[in-house]
Amino acid sequence: MSRHISVRYRLQRSDFSLDVDADIPMRGITGVFGESGAGKTALLRCIAGLERDASGRLAVADEVWQDDRVSRPVHDREIGYVFQEPRLFAHLSVRQNIEYGQRRGRREDVGFDEAVELLGLRDLLDRRVDTLSGGEAQRVAIARALLRSPRVVLMDEPIAALDRVRRDEILPFLDRLHSALSIPVIYVSHSIEEVIRLCDYLLVMERGRIVAAGEIQEVLLRADLPLLGGEEAGAIINAEAIDRDVGDGLTKIGFDGIEMWVPGTYETGAPLRLRIRANDVSLSRENPGASTVLNVLPASIESIRDDGESCALVQLAIGSGHVLSRITRRSRALLDLKPGDRVLAQIKSVAVKNAPAAGR
Amino acid sequence: MASTLGPLLLSLQLAALTTVILVVLGTPLAWWLSRTQSRLKPAIQAVVALPIVLPPTVMGFYLLIVLGPYGAIGQWWVKVSGEALTFSFTGLVIASCFYSLPFAVQPLQSAFDALGRQEVEAARTLGASELDAFFTIAVPLSAPGFLTATVLSFAHTLGEFGVVLMVGGNIPGETRVVSIAIYDHVESLDYASAHQMSIILVVFAFAVLLSMFLANRRLERRSR
Repeated sequence: MSRHISVRYRLQRSDFSLDVDADIPMRGITGVFGESGAGKTALLRCIAGLERDASGRLAVADEVWQDDRVSRPVHDREIGYVFQEPRLFAHLSVRQNIEYGQRRGRREDVGFDEAVELLGLRDLLDRRVDTLSGGEAQRVAIARALLRSPRVVLMDEPIAALDRVRRDEILPFLDRLHSALSIPVIYVSHSIEEVIRLCDYLLVMERGRIVAAGEIQEVLLRADLPLLGGEEAGAIINAEAIDRDVGDGLTKIGFDGIEMWVPGTYETGAPLRLRIRANDVSLSRENPGASTVLNVLPASIESIRDDGESCALVQLAIGSGHVLSRITRRSRALLDLKPGDRVLAQIKSVAVKNAPAAGR
Repeated sequence: MASTLGPLLLSLQLAALTTVILVVLGTPLAWWLSRTQSRLKPAIQAVVALPIVLPPTVMGFYLLIVLGPYGAIGQWWVKVSGEALTFSFTGLVIASCFYSLPFAVQPLQSAFDALGRQEVEAARTLGASELDAFFTIAVPLSAPGFLTATVLSFAHTLGEFGVVLMVGGNIPGETRVVSIAIYDHVESLDYASAHQMSIILVVFAFAVLLSMFLANRRLERRSR
């Protein structure tokens, strides 16, 4: 049995063409990342069946939803679509909005109470939708999509239209969905921060094509891609909090027997996702001794490639994780760095992005 | 009094029947006009709007020919029912439907245009078929448009004169509607009866329009 959503679509517009072929895992959150106009929304609309002139093939696990001969109409595709705008039904209450898809569903994978609890909607149920804030409305839209009992949830920049405060208010709910539900999510975003926080897998799109795909840790190493290079170049590592120093406001994290101190205090045992930018990692041959850098870790060089006019990006293996370091080409020559060499990586700054979902 | 009430009731009957038919037939037409990208759209819109521009006598003249016993529809009707369409209540209903068509279709089309695709698309992704989404989402969200279409078709049919005169004549209980009766009273210098009917019509029309605008305000508040 296939564990993938297999997507192959072509769509021709006067100013735009979409041509994609991808296998998306049937679990976790898969980010679709790219600039606006890259075709991310078009891809979601093809999957939903909202683009009538798209041709291609779509199979969800072992069910073929579209190929040359058949094409399920929109209402027969078991998807939960969360649009950029909430698109709530103004003539119905919050409760009636949420129940709209549930009444029309064939299965009930997600119960009403579960969805209401997950999205914190208990106190909003009898409200009129025009009295909701932007963040509340989007949470209702997410609950409504979940109660349709979808095989896959499609989210099209669900928080991009919200201001920063509302965004920070809704992100914890998305984290909760991630850890509580086993429905795969395809999450479109142009924000690398969101993608890093939420996603397990990543598709990167440019001008209607998919230019990179895979586990997010792997894909983020592709600093040769314009979207993932430059200032944003960096890697992520999944680790676990093992100790904390409340006085200094630091948490000790571990992965593969390697330990680091990161800012913030987290519950011991909590899974954490760390982001380490290439510009924050410098390399040395020997232990630098007393230093303001807290984390100096033994690493081995996996590859080195030129980056821009004067720099090089070094991909390091630390335990089973990978980290990028941006150094000058002069430093590379001075230290005579080559793939396979063992070095010490000084990590000047680590950002804790999120607790990745447990139990996957 | 019976001579006052008769034409009034006939007018109300005609207006009510025409309105029901127009909303039922006008809704799919307005929906199609709102969604289609067909090249035929401007032509069809122009045909729908014709009754606004044409003098009722022109409409009435052509309807008289088409509905008459030698016209395309009239001939067929005689064959089916054995009766003529012209100078009959049925003929008046058909003529009124053409005459008031834009007053049903245009408000509906504007409402559907304003609705856009967003909510209907959302309903479709929640498992609603096209018909289901239309009735449970598009129609309730376009309620002000339906109200306007209903009231305008009704009021416009009530005020119809020229077309009735051409295809219906002045047969009591069959085609003698209130506007014809008033004209008749004035012609025969029976100003008292003309006054009586006219004032009823004025008050009635005002009451209907007022309640429409009040209801519309409430509907719009509800859906904002």
